[in-house]
Amino acid sequence: MSDFQDALSAAFALVAGQDPALAEIVGLSLRVSLMALALAALVGLPLGALLAVARFPGRHLIIVGMNALMGLPPVVAGLVIYLLLSRAGPFGHFGLLFTPSAMVIAQAVLIAPILAALTREVLEGMWEEYREQLHSFGVSSWRAVPTLLRDGRLALVTVLLAGFGRASAEVGAVMVVGGNIEGFTRVMTTAIALETSKGDLPLALGLGMVLMAIVLAVNGAAHLLRERVARMSG
Amino acid sequence: MNAPLRALRSGRRALPAALAALLSPPVAAQRRAIILASTTSTEQTGLFGHILPIFTRQAGIVVRVVALGTGQALDVGRRGDADVVLVHDRAAEERFVAEGFGGPRRPVMYNDFVLVGPADDPAGIGGNADIAFALAQIAAARARFVSRGDRSGTHAAELRLWLAAGVDPARGRGTWYREVGQGMGPALNTAAAQNAYLIADRGSWIAFRNRQGMRVLVEGDRRLLNQYGVMLVSPQRHPHVRAADGQRFVDWITSAEGQGAIAGFRIGGEQLFFPNATEPGA
Repeated sequence: MSDFQDALSAAFALVAGQDPALAEIVGLSLRVSLMALALAALVGLPLGALLAVARFPGRHLIIVGMNALMGLPPVVAGLVIYLLLSRAGPFGHFGLLFTPSAMVIAQAVLIAPILAALTREVLEGMWEEYREQLHSFGVSSWRAVPTLLRDGRLALVTVLLAGFGRASAEVGAVMVVGGNIEGFTRVMTTAIALETSKGDLPLALGLGMVLMAIVLAVNGAAHLLRERVARMSG
Repeated sequence: MNAPLRALRSGRRALPAALAALLSPPVAAQRRAIILASTTSTEQTGLFGHILPIFTRQAGIVVRVVALGTGQALDVGRRGDADVVLVHDRAAEERFVAEGFGGPRRPVMYNDFVLVGPADDPAGIGGNADIAFALAQIAAARARFVSRGDRSGTHAAELRLWLAAGVDPARGRGTWYREVGQGMGPALNTAAAQNAYLIADRGSWIAFRNRQGMRVLVEGDRRLLNQYGVMLVSPQRHPHVRAADGQRFVDWITSAEGQGAIAGFRIGGEQLFFPNATEPGA
């Protein structure tokens, strides 16, 4: 048990000490994951909605492929993006490798399929209810997409949280494409991996507790937001 | 008007504004910076944390360290994804230079490898001065041995030592010889958990916290020397390499000042790296 007590006191020391390095790492973690979430949402939500309403040949293939991509191992995604962004790769001249932007791209690639697949699930149910009505007003399936996204926004908050959770918990991809550079691309998860490999297990676990607290806070905030929106529109 | 239609009208402006706000460009202003591909032993001991701020203060150049195994670090240099490489496998470094990916190679510093093992020392090698003999004993006793197995400088050194011992450790795969394919830290954690022997660089060993009773059993054999070298990645091969700033770092770390900074890095009073940039043939 003493391991966990050590970790707990390490976590408190980290937070109470207001370590500027920790604040920087936490800030970068949040910034990278939120930007990845935004980027993935721009693609994932409309795509999911489209798959919920539209019927076209190959739709099932896309759905199956998307569901499979939900299980994409982060380190594989990281490796592919590494090769694409490397100076020797096709997008090398942008110089994005080992920068926070590369980490945003990696996380966005990982969570976009999750957002799309879950959005489709959520909206398909709604679509069953809305279809008759919208069609009777002469609204086409395609134009119903924004409506569904707006009316399903409460359920979509949960979808976004699932994406954020995976993004902020991810280590394999951001380690490969970010390089875990101190003060530049080091985030919570890569810092935890680093302390683990240095054998400082209490500090690693302490950092893990800080990460959990942050994820908890984000979820709590989202929950409050949902409640509020639900009351206002209810 | 019914709910779906009303939503259709106002839905257009909902999401995009909030998302656009989040997508503002990452991180502060552009600074003069180079990327240094190096090894876990130099980064995780805290050496860079000690010497790089000194360089940055003087030169106004930030050094961004990507810590990998030596083989991987050289590959990052080959692809042009780093400006400078600082690693510890002379044969691999000379190959890198010969292939035209960078150089010339300059010696920087050395320390040594140590054979670490469980306190009860099941193969009975403690205090042995001959590393090759000690390894042969481990193989004969089929005592558990953890190998980095990751083409790192330490892995290359370990394989050279097995060769000197006249043992092919690959034959112990699946039984006593365990390749973890990871960095020094994870390998040390694994050895600690499995009561196994392993070869570690002394710097990583000194900085390692989770020892679980492991101790140094063999040290001081001259074949355990661990030499580090530094190279600028070739700007001819990769035109985007920040050659001037990278060269400035190479010159600094091999200068009297950089060498003094290396010698000044200590953990618990113990010096971890010994500068030797001026030593011929190092």
